[in-house]
Amino acid sequence: MSSTKEYFVVPGRYKQWTYGLIGVGVLSLIIGFILYGGENHGTRFWAALLQNSVYFLLVVNAAMFFFTATTLAMGGWPLVFRRVTEAISASVIPLGIITFVILMCLVFGGHDAIYIWINKDVVAHDEILNGKKGFLNPTFFTVYTVLTIGLWIVLGWKMRQLSRSIDDTPLSVEESKKYIFTGTVWAAIYIVWFALTVASVVPWLWLMSINAHWFSTMYSWYTFASSFVAGMALISLFVVYFKNQGYLEFVNKEHLHDLGKFQFAFSIFWTYLWFDQFMLIWYANISEETIYFKSRFEGAYQGLFYLNLIINFLAPLLIFMSRGSKRNYATVTFMSVLLLFGHWLDFYQMVFAGPFPDHVPMNLFDFGIAAGFVGLIMWQTGRVFSKFPILAKNHPFLKESIIHHT
Amino acid sequence: MSVKKFVVGIFTDEQVLFPAVKRVRSAGYKIHDVYTPMPIHGLDDALGLRQTSLHTAGFIYGITGTTTALSCIGWIFNSDWPQNFGGKSHFDLPAWIPITFELTVLFSAVGMVLTFCYLCQIAPFVRKHHFNLRATDDQFTMVIECTEKSNEAEIAAFLGSVGAVGINTQIAETGWWLGRYDTELPPLGQKELV
Repeated sequence: MSSTKEYFVVPGRYKQWTYGLIGVGVLSLIIGFILYGGENHGTRFWAALLQNSVYFLLVVNAAMFFFTATTLAMGGWPLVFRRVTEAISASVIPLGIITFVILMCLVFGGHDAIYIWINKDVVAHDEILNGKKGFLNPTFFTVYTVLTIGLWIVLGWKMRQLSRSIDDTPLSVEESKKYIFTGTVWAAIYIVWFALTVASVVPWLWLMSINAHWFSTMYSWYTFASSFVAGMALISLFVVYFKNQGYLEFVNKEHLHDLGKFQFAFSIFWTYLWFDQFMLIWYANISEETIYFKSRFEGAYQGLFYLNLIINFLAPLLIFMSRGSKRNYATVTFMSVLLLFGHWLDFYQMVFAGPFPDHVPMNLFDFGIAAGFVGLIMWQTGRVFSKFPILAKNHPFLKESIIHHT
Repeated sequence: MSVKKFVVGIFTDEQVLFPAVKRVRSAGYKIHDVYTPMPIHGLDDALGLRQTSLHTAGFIYGITGTTTALSCIGWIFNSDWPQNFGGKSHFDLPAWIPITFELTVLFSAVGMVLTFCYLCQIAPFVRKHHFNLRATDDQFTMVIECTEKSNEAEIAAFLGSVGAVGINTQIAETGWWLGRYDTELPPLGQKELV
């Protein structure tokens, strides 16, 4: 192992791209604020920020979920690229803080075109919102958001710390057993908190409350599936990129195959939840419920509605079904980019059809903000990845990962 | 179906089995099959077996199921027995999807099981020769097929040199037959220890 490259050196072109994308993001932010910040309480401006920050935060957080889920399941195979998922999950820190600031601006800045429930006069005269008052109020929202993002950061930091703590100390068999057990305990704590946030309360608060009268019991899982597919796509992209740069020499087609399987499987899972949510509401045909799909299924967002289904279901179903395509670096890269974009669109219609039911206000501004977030993720991931050894070389399961065979 | 002569080598360690498979193949002997108690990752590659086309068969069964479901429901609700369900149109695709999905899964699952049984030639009451009964317990069994030109003693010696712990020669039926193991033909082969 002495011949392997131990540390990642951030290439100049990578840095240029990073700063370029962040620059585009900041520029879009300024132009967007000038163009849209004033009119209609800046709803257009803040909705774009909400969509992008929440989407990219959930995507990078999915990397930590993947890390902890495989730790808990005693999964050895991702160890050769574990440091990549760790580096991606480190982006939760800057993105979490940004998302928190944006959410607080929305709730306390009086943006009731996005979150109608922050308007006390409306709530007082609205029977449904009055009934939800115990849950949908600024105090609960703030406390839960602080806890959510704070614990994601702290527990993620702990998991990364645990992984790095054995880099210089080879473990004996007894120590290895203890190390694995400690890892599963912390991973379990993270997973429980993940279940209480991403898989339940957080999508209700951050996204579903845009349509405050409406609710769906599928919504959180749907959001989770969406962000997890995109998260796996992001991991695959970074793995392919680092492999291409000559790092991660133990990653081979077997690992790529499994990453592809995850994207494929969770795309189908996403479709299952997407369809469940849609079909039950469509079948029951109760106007309180169908209101959510009014603008999406029949109105201005119809194109997006079907495009969403084509990109996120039909494309992975047809392209990723065969074994060969999951083992091919080019198709995996292509599908990863497509799915990241597809689920970004999914979040777009989740957020924007609320405040803008009559037209789709998508333009370059949205893509500019997205570019900023992509740049930020690239910057943080590259920075963290270059700081620590690429291979978790003392982990007890490493051999299992190197000889992995599907 | 034919009766052939085989040299059987028994291994107790997969770490020995892997290099043995490679050396036997590169020496030019024809490996009939390798029987193992559990699936071994990478053994199919080492044996040079081609990828199974079972999944392609599964895909074909799947789309057959999809087509069956859609055409069947379409025919029933549009021409055979049109009914009014809550004022929805007769051609209401979302309501059909669950059944379409179920039939797709059913067709591909049952079809693949049957295809698998056919490819492996296993079925109730169908018998095949066992080269080594402990291949289902704790031993790895490599079976080398003999041709007219083969020298059994040479093969046996070679197997010994690559680490086989038990070697014997068997004359066995290669195909399957119906019936029982103990009394009926085809011959179970004379086992001679080398």
